[in-house]
Amino acid sequence: MKKVGIIIKREYNTRVKKKSFIILTLLMPVLFAAVTILPTYLATMNDTEERTVAVYDGSGIFLGRLESSEYTKFHFIPKEDYDKLRDNLKESNYYALLAIPPNVINTNNVQLFSEKNIPFDLKNQIDRNLSSIVEKDKRSELLKQAAVPDLEQKLEAARTNIHVNTIRVGDKGEEHKSSTEIAMVLGYIFGFMIYIFIFIYGTMVMRGVMEEKQNRIVEVIISSVKPFELMMGKIVGIALVGLTQFAIWVVLFIGIFNVAKGFIPDMSPEQAQNLMAQSQMSGQMENVAQSSQMQEIFSMMSNINFPLIIGCFFFFFIGGYLLYSSLFGAVGSAIDSEEDAQQFTLPVTIPLIVAIIVMMNAITNPEGQIAFWFSLIPFTSPVVMMVRIPFGVPVWELLLSMALLVGTFVGTVWVAGKIYRTGILMYGKKPTWKELGKWLTYRS
Amino acid sequence: MELFSAHDVVKNFDKFRALSEVSISVAEGSIFGLLGPNGAGKTTLIRIINQITAPDSGKLEFKGRPLKAEDVYQIGYLPEERGLYKKMKVGEQALYLAQLKGMSRRDAMKQLKYWFEKFDIIPWWDKKVMELSKGMQQKVQFICTVLHQPELLIFDEPFSGFDPINADLLKNEILKLREKGATIIFSTHNMASVEELCDHIALIDKSKKILDGPTQEIRQQYKSNIFEVEYRGDYHKLTQKLSDTYQILAHEQSDPANKLSVQFINGSTPNDLIRGLLEHVEIVSFNEIIPSMNDVFIKVVTDNKQG
Repeated sequence: MKKVGIIIKREYNTRVKKKSFIILTLLMPVLFAAVTILPTYLATMNDTEERTVAVYDGSGIFLGRLESSEYTKFHFIPKEDYDKLRDNLKESNYYALLAIPPNVINTNNVQLFSEKNIPFDLKNQIDRNLSSIVEKDKRSELLKQAAVPDLEQKLEAARTNIHVNTIRVGDKGEEHKSSTEIAMVLGYIFGFMIYIFIFIYGTMVMRGVMEEKQNRIVEVIISSVKPFELMMGKIVGIALVGLTQFAIWVVLFIGIFNVAKGFIPDMSPEQAQNLMAQSQMSGQMENVAQSSQMQEIFSMMSNINFPLIIGCFFFFFIGGYLLYSSLFGAVGSAIDSEEDAQQFTLPVTIPLIVAIIVMMNAITNPEGQIAFWFSLIPFTSPVVMMVRIPFGVPVWELLLSMALLVGTFVGTVWVAGKIYRTGILMYGKKPTWKELGKWLTYRS
Repeated sequence: MELFSAHDVVKNFDKFRALSEVSISVAEGSIFGLLGPNGAGKTTLIRIINQITAPDSGKLEFKGRPLKAEDVYQIGYLPEERGLYKKMKVGEQALYLAQLKGMSRRDAMKQLKYWFEKFDIIPWWDKKVMELSKGMQQKVQFICTVLHQPELLIFDEPFSGFDPINADLLKNEILKLREKGATIIFSTHNMASVEELCDHIALIDKSKKILDGPTQEIRQQYKSNIFEVEYRGDYHKLTQKLSDTYQILAHEQSDPANKLSVQFINGSTPNDLIRGLLEHVEIVSFNEIIPSMNDVFIKVVTDNKQG
């Protein structure tokens, strides 16, 4: 056992000290942050360029009603100036020229001329302003015709937005506020992470085994330790590398999140909401509804059993990893070169790919037959069960799934050990499946 | 006294028989040559001694008792298919391999210092293995094999990949290890080094042991009454005289003495030949030709193929 410790130490140290590992581990959260936080940050930055837009209003209904904002000024011009300006826009001080035709109420079309590319925000602002003015005019025209007293106020009061509160009833009848959306997001993240980790670190085991075989060092090592000890040392060492990377990422994400909070001024819930409300230009009612929704999300987050999810994540990660990495290790031992790998890795990766396909189904229907069975089958359970856990899974299903996973990885590790100890000493020819089967029966 | 012995070892791979009732006995402090053509089963036997694979049947004894798992600490093995982790530093790697052989880090450091100084390779310590030439890598590997001062050393083609100077250095180190009491099993196709180094040999062919014994005795056993004579005298006359009684294998004229090589065919003795020669020529030297290990190897393996 002491020797397995020495092997684990080497497998761990050589990988953790690699430049590529350090760079990837440190860069990944930064990249992730850049991809997610930067656009948010940029979006919150105000466009501070002052622009003056010349407006020729052929319809005459907008004069005095088109309000200038802090950075965008509207300047109305008469018809004569319009023709002149249109030809000499470049030399003028105007950023753009807005031409409103006389019959805009019917055509719903205006033209915005500029020498430059019009920013999306500016176009939107003009769009919103004009639309709301025209809409208002049309509306009051209709209201006048209908002749119902206080119709305007009554219509406003009739605007409705029904919010569905989802409540999960527990075994003993207790109620938990639940959120399908949050469970979906969590399920997706954890399921996908297990898939990625098993894939990356499983193939790392395979390449490690192949390296030893190609370097021909394996014979020297197994004259000191049992092949099984070498295989397990490698599997455990690489698992620790994976867990180290995971731990570093968790720490970095928390760190980056806190730093980012300082950079983005509007990250508190109320402010974030204001921002959303502003951008949607929605009415008061929606705003209120949104703020209650926000509170709900927070209350539901606190209802999610994070210790259970994290605990299960580690269990299913380690179980799934042991299952697959032992098989990847067996494949690595059987082949001589990277080119031969394809044929033998395919059967190992197919269940993993099935798991990720089933995961998509399980996310929308976590209690369905497909999700149920694939979360029990050990080859897919680490991914599929992880998706189901945030939705809540009966204890007996969870325990059965765990027991099956443990039983299966004990089995695959045993089979892999048998193939491995023969495979690492076989050079030259690519074995057939039949030969792999025979290796199982050889005496060690 | 014998350090290691194998009795009636059998090993099958599926339907292929790799070893068939092979027995060897390796005396303590000796160099034991394990010979045989490619694919004869040598490597399988060596792997069985190293407990890399287990025999289907047969007994293995180390120091007079059954071979135990812990005995790997007492064995050093340099396989024919050898290599090191290419991206690992030399020193780190040597320490790792030594620790796997049960050495403490401190002892391993001490021993490594001794060997690195001896081979004058201290600057290599922090180099990656891939930066070294093949010969340099072999030196490092040799050190890793002997570092834990094993009682039994197994070298499979140790000289391949070495230039003559380094091969000689290595040979001397192997002899020194024997002087210090190590027992060595030595497998090679280089018969000259077998003659030079091995006290005892066993020859395996087609999974069976077909020859076993002290190197000198075996060579004596395979001599075929060939004598070489150097003389001064009449070349043509002598050829005529001898061709009736002896088979002349070679006869050449040269200065200062002619060389003659003959084989006895019908029970004549060296004395008969000398008597016959004395009448005609002046004898400068007279030697019996003992076959080289190379000749023995070829003869035995060829006979085995026919028989």
